[in-house]
Amino acid sequence: MHIPDGFLDAPTAIAGGVLAAAGLGLALRTVRRTLPHRAVPLIGVAAAFIFAAQMLNFPVAGGTSGHLIGAVLAAVLLGPSAAVLVMSSVLILQAFLFADGGITALGANIFNMALLAPLLGYVLYRGVSRLLGGDLRARLAGVAFGAWCSTVAAAVSVAGQLALSGTVAWEVAFPAMAGVHMLIGVGEALITTLVVAVVATARPELLFDRAGSGERTGRTLAGYGMLVALGLVVFIAPMASEWPDGLEAVAARLGFAHKAAASPIASSPLADYTLAGIRSPAASTVIAGGIGTVVAFAMAYLLSLALVPRGAVGPGQPQGSAHNRAPRSS
Amino acid sequence: MHHALRDPYHPASSPIHRAAPPVKLVLAVAFVLAVVALPRGTWPAHTFLGLALLVGALASRVPLSLLGKRLLAVEPFALGVALLALLQPGGLHVFLAILAKSTLSLGAVVLLGATTPFFQVLRALSRFRVPSLLVTTLALLYRYLFVLVEEMGRMQRARRSRTFSRSRWVTWRASAAVIGHLFLRTTTRAERIYAAMCARGWRT
Repeated sequence: MHIPDGFLDAPTAIAGGVLAAAGLGLALRTVRRTLPHRAVPLIGVAAAFIFAAQMLNFPVAGGTSGHLIGAVLAAVLLGPSAAVLVMSSVLILQAFLFADGGITALGANIFNMALLAPLLGYVLYRGVSRLLGGDLRARLAGVAFGAWCSTVAAAVSVAGQLALSGTVAWEVAFPAMAGVHMLIGVGEALITTLVVAVVATARPELLFDRAGSGERTGRTLAGYGMLVALGLVVFIAPMASEWPDGLEAVAARLGFAHKAAASPIASSPLADYTLAGIRSPAASTVIAGGIGTVVAFAMAYLLSLALVPRGAVGPGQPQGSAHNRAPRSS
Repeated sequence: MHHALRDPYHPASSPIHRAAPPVKLVLAVAFVLAVVALPRGTWPAHTFLGLALLVGALASRVPLSLLGKRLLAVEPFALGVALLALLQPGGLHVFLAILAKSTLSLGAVVLLGATTPFFQVLRALSRFRVPSLLVTTLALLYRYLFVLVEEMGRMQRARRSRTFSRSRWVTWRASAAVIGHLFLRTTTRAERIYAAMCARGWRT
């Protein structure tokens, strides 16, 4: 999901940079003010941990494999501000040391994977686990749902940025990115939940004693929320107006849509008028995304049921290593 | 992703290696900005920047084959996104233009990485008034990245030599356990690092 250099135009890159700087600044300030002094090395080494975890391959099918992104994992294990700092550091190092992700696209990449993904995931994790009762099973359901949603949201944001830059038309980028990442998100959710379950069984206090970190999450989250919402308005809202409206749909059906194609230039918001054939995927992706979200929630709940045996839940009861438990093939 | 994780620094004795790191960092970023700011399809200007990069690469005395190999290793990620551009009308032009841009930019970063140790980049960043907490985090990330990747490799090897299942679910759970326990080791390692840092008089 790393955007390389050359794919974003100047306004999009600058908008991403401003949002990333503001978010990272807020995270740095919050971490410095609220986390204890001795959390500083932990954040640095945890960033190395996320980078290392991203390198572990998970076999998918037919020789292909996937890997973790880790944004929600970082948010759940370290808290939102530390997660923003950790994910941003990983992206900065990848851009400058390994040429993975562009330097001019760094702001946009930080917005997608270090602000939007961990923060949305964290809010959903908190919301769902509170909704379902706050025990381990509820938390795992929240982790799974948050990880899936944040992966898809980050992909949609990438599509918006590419479309806004005139690199890839929204009608192509949105279904492709959202569609592929609805599948990738399943893997991300599965890995994140399995890892959190391992940590929770071995060291439950790491998951349940968040209050000890001293971070006053409410006000900070509101600040992040405004930044993320602003970013989504900038990157995605302009595209929403290009979704097929009634007239366009009729025009496409009656076959006079091509008459509206005055200048077939791909690098402008007008591009959709030339794409009568592939305009419907955008709409159907939205519908599929809605259905997918509901399905993802149900699957997240089922996954949490599968991972935590009935009855044996609660913060204070380690249930033996997940490593040794008999695998379930449901 | 990066299957064999290696520090990209390639020691050699050249004017590029000896140049002041802040200057190199600024030049590399300026080069990328210039490449990105060029209008699509201005091929003479692209060629000129490409030649400038080639001169820099030759002057650095890093084998061109090594730089080329690294460029090829990172190119697929750019290619993957660029392929999306092919799916639209008139996409070939856009595809070629952004591929040229991303290749030139990647070349600049690969050259920077091969000629500048990362700690010098960090020093340059802190000279540019990047917040110290961010620089510290980056320094620790760089320092422990290779350690943790190696540790994870050992855990994964140990797991492989004990698990004889072809079931994907078992593999996934075992790999997730590796990651989970790596995190637990990370937290205890962080405690030791904190103690060691304090013992050496560290203050934020």
